[in-house]
Amino acid sequence: MEVRPDIFLIILGAALVTFIPRVLPLMLLSRITIPEWGMRWLNYMPIAVMSALVAQELFIDEGRFAALSTNVELIAALPTFWVAVKTRSLLGTVVTGVLSLMLLRLLF
Amino acid sequence: MKTESVQADFPAARVSEDSFWQGVKDCIPTLLGYLSIGFAAGVVEKTAGLSLAEIALISIILYAGSAQFIAAGMIAAGSTATSIIITILLVNLRHLLLSAAISPYFRHLTPLRNLLIGTLLTDETFGVAIQKSAAKKAISEKWMHGLNITAYLNWLLANIAGAVLGQWISSPEEWGLDFALPAMFIGLLVLTLISRSKYALDIATGLIAMIIAVGVSIVWSPSFGVIAAAVIASTIGAVIEKWK
Repeated sequence: MEVRPDIFLIILGAALVTFIPRVLPLMLLSRITIPEWGMRWLNYMPIAVMSALVAQELFIDEGRFAALSTNVELIAALPTFWVAVKTRSLLGTVVTGVLSLMLLRLLF
Repeated sequence: MKTESVQADFPAARVSEDSFWQGVKDCIPTLLGYLSIGFAAGVVEKTAGLSLAEIALISIILYAGSAQFIAAGMIAAGSTATSIIITILLVNLRHLLLSAAISPYFRHLTPLRNLLIGTLLTDETFGVAIQKSAAKKAISEKWMHGLNITAYLNWLLANIAGAVLGQWISSPEEWGLDFALPAMFIGLLVLTLISRSKYALDIATGLIAMIIAVGVSIVWSPSFGVIAAAVIASTIGAVIEKWK
């Protein structure tokens, strides 16, 4: 039940950079407006970040390119993507991913 | 004493404004969905090595689904504090859009009262509030607090429940639980793609981000890979949209 100082700093910093975009437009918008190009750029940010994270999880292993032939995570990602598209359920997607990898590890 | 009883006789003056409790009620349909995500977040945070106290703390003061998954993943991978915070800043910049979009409904309030509304703003409470505004042309401040606080407590409880369960699992890899995080990212990516229905541009942006993320991670560092991919790919996406 302890909080490590380095983890505390990460949480505090992350909370601060999350808090500011949440409250700033509500507090200031009568005075400032985000330019149109800025809104368009922000619009693509979630897709870009999520894609980058997925790619890193699947293809990078300890800073190196994960060998494709032994990459069970990549195989487990296929049913996971399929269930996400079909059911649009986050819980269903996570359960599918976890079960797929568990089964693949039993088999190989 | 006399003034108080007189005021109590005229409660009807505010009857058109949605109450705090109405906000709580309007939050209920979303609770189950976010309970399951919060639960998954708790398990992932626990298996990433966070203590129960750290999980409670991150849910109380960060309070952001994707950011908590990212923090857990990057902490487990040994990323630096700076790269974790910058990545979370980039993911959560989208809150600027949500906050900007609901600001017209609260323009009459003081900056401090707007701050209180924005502090607990999430994708979920934003979605409920925007639906409400479409029906009523106004959003009540008290109603918004009822909605926000209900979602907040639900999230905290779900995270702690997930963490407690995660504690009892001695070898998460055997159960495939190390894939909960990538699976959640896949789910969030797919759901975002579907909700925006701008498939061609979004998929192009996503593929560019993937290539940059992998490339930069190999030649430089994984923590810088996400930041570089996010900035470059969303710039390319925005530029193509402009020129199309």
